[in-house]
Amino acid sequence: MQTESIPPSRPLEPTPAAIVIGASSGTGAALVRRLAAQGYAVAAVARREEELERLRDEICRSLPQAHVLVVPHDVRDYEAVPALFEEITRKLGGLDLVIYSAAVQPPVNVHEYNFEKDQSMIETNILGAIAWLNQAAMRFERARRGQIVGISSIAGDRGRVGSPVYNTSKAALDTYLEALRNRLSRYGVTVTTIKLGFVDTELLKNAAKTFWVISPEEAAARILAAARQRKQVVYTPRRWQLVSLVVRTIPSPIFRYLNF
Amino acid sequence: MSELKYAVGTKNTAGDSPRANELSSEHLEWVPAWGNATGSVAYVYRPTTLEGIQDVLTLARENGRSIGLRGGGNSYGDAATNAENIVLDLRRMNRILDWQPETGRIQVEPGVTLAELWQYILEDGWWPPVATGTSMTTMGGCAAMNVHGKNAAQVGPIGEHIIEFDLLLASGEIITCSREENSDIFHAAIGGFGMLGIFTSLTMQMKRVYSGLLNVETETRRNLADMFSYFYENVAQSNYIVGWIDSLSAGSSLGRGDVHKANYLAPGEDPNPTQTLRLDNQHLGPNLFGVMPRSIMWMFMRPMNTNPGMKLINQGKYIAGRFSGAKRYQQPHVQFHFLLDYIPDFKRAYGPGGLIQYQPFIPKETAQDAFSEILALCQKRGLPNYLTVLKRHRPDDFLMSYAVDGFSMAMDFRVSDSNRHRIAWLMKELDEIVLEAGGRFYFAKDSTLRPEVANAYLGEDRINRFKALKQRCDPEELFQTDLWRRVFA
Repeated sequence: MQTESIPPSRPLEPTPAAIVIGASSGTGAALVRRLAAQGYAVAAVARREEELERLRDEICRSLPQAHVLVVPHDVRDYEAVPALFEEITRKLGGLDLVIYSAAVQPPVNVHEYNFEKDQSMIETNILGAIAWLNQAAMRFERARRGQIVGISSIAGDRGRVGSPVYNTSKAALDTYLEALRNRLSRYGVTVTTIKLGFVDTELLKNAAKTFWVISPEEAAARILAAARQRKQVVYTPRRWQLVSLVVRTIPSPIFRYLNF
Repeated sequence: MSELKYAVGTKNTAGDSPRANELSSEHLEWVPAWGNATGSVAYVYRPTTLEGIQDVLTLARENGRSIGLRGGGNSYGDAATNAENIVLDLRRMNRILDWQPETGRIQVEPGVTLAELWQYILEDGWWPPVATGTSMTTMGGCAAMNVHGKNAAQVGPIGEHIIEFDLLLASGEIITCSREENSDIFHAAIGGFGMLGIFTSLTMQMKRVYSGLLNVETETRRNLADMFSYFYENVAQSNYIVGWIDSLSAGSSLGRGDVHKANYLAPGEDPNPTQTLRLDNQHLGPNLFGVMPRSIMWMFMRPMNTNPGMKLINQGKYIAGRFSGAKRYQQPHVQFHFLLDYIPDFKRAYGPGGLIQYQPFIPKETAQDAFSEILALCQKRGLPNYLTVLKRHRPDDFLMSYAVDGFSMAMDFRVSDSNRHRIAWLMKELDEIVLEAGGRFYFAKDSTLRPEVANAYLGEDRINRFKALKQRCDPEELFQTDLWRRVFA
């Protein structure tokens, strides 16, 4: 982690601080760019250090005042999280927002039962989220303020033939975020679940057929707008909410004959 | 899988044995500025003993964190907050160590509040020489900020009534300081906003009073010039004097308002001093106007907290004062002094964004013009202050002194997300006016001071002397606050 620290905050013009986990590419990288442009000090957490450094350099070229902290970390290294979290909040000089955006989705065909692939999705998509967001929740509960955003997916709404464990990991994330929201709202902490549709990222290249695809930049803009409005569950773009309603209402005896 | 069970979020699970001197996230708290416009998260410790304080010093050192000292938490800005580091809250160090009712000398721990102090000494016929507008301040905090009361021009700040103190340095060593012993540290730690060390005991001289009442006189003044002339005529003949300005009036009545002055009763003037000095004679009363419980008053003030609402209130107050004319009455000490306690949580009337205060101290030669300019500029920018208080001051010999032979004007500004940048900009404009007029600033009230402004009014020499003393008392810079880093680091 780089050692440069954020300049002292001024009471009337505070520098808000955010952590984005899964920041090296796709939606996560777009979130870091957008937060930096909004004046946030951002800790960008991801496995690929060079990608993060490239992102930071790119941001600092256009925004010389930006503060982007590069934090190389594999979200499966759960034990490292508490100490890392403490170090980041200290370097940022505070913490207002945590966004968990890390996810993997290896290609899986409909006859494949590959435990290694399944394990990687559970570890990155849900266990990593729990390791990081537990820390955030603990801190925000004590501070009586703060905001948690989990980037989930419409994929969590039903178990489908094409991606059993990816669906499972996102469903688990939805439930975990809901529980955090119920725990923390009484302390003034907001937990926002983002149900993303298709976003034009590396994750998408394994998808069979796609539509209504939005750019990572648009996704980031919509996510931060939802966060600013302190929303609870937001489908992005909105029309997915309707789709989800239909998909969730299809009775199981019919759903099992469908191939999507 | 059992490995994972213990791996996730291990810090606070049972079976994990943390180092004895590890910072515990159990101590994390949001530490607000009094004005609620800012605040930060810190590890808060509240020891009750010297050993407890020493443990926190060790803890800080072993974890590479700084320590911000905090008393009652009544500083308007970031003087007692310390983001992501340790806040040492000294309120539980609140014993009265020695009291001599014959001479009025008292020795207290730093966490003793002004309320605890006056309640302890009043029935013996004594009153604190300097009283802040709230009685929730602690003596350690008062000394660190070198606070003043409505008698600043007559008796100076509280530092002038401190005889000696013990200061715990970052090394753990305790030194005694007075005007004779360690006099340089004495004059720098008082008003040194907690940067040199921790006051562990303070010996102070109280003021003899012969009644629990004060003779109070109030009247209205038509504009700022009229207000100033009242101060010039009355400061020498009164024990306390304070002005309230209707900051939303403009033109020929710019700076109009009420003035209050008060005098102690002479020996024998109170026919029954033992009765008026009793604690139960000193109360604020449960209700305002006879019916409104004081504790919920802020809820009714909140909707009025807008430019038109406050214009109405300020005008109403002035006109009511105008109609009733000059008044003389007797009032218990607490009612005269602790206006801020009169409406509990009145800061909540300012809404979720809170408030900041801006209080410049300006020499008497330039004060009237500068204050006129300031009041007019705030109105022009559409950011009038809602509560404005005028006081007279005299210079003192403390290193980081804010005092001048002149006047101070304390102004409360409501902060919201939509106006905070405009306020910050306005404060920069006001800083120019104050510096031009030879003015100074006060750390207890400050939220906006910039390093270059501090350099300009304190002078590099004074700052270097202070930093040299800090180097001597605290070479590792163990004692820090958000204010220290904002203005001096």
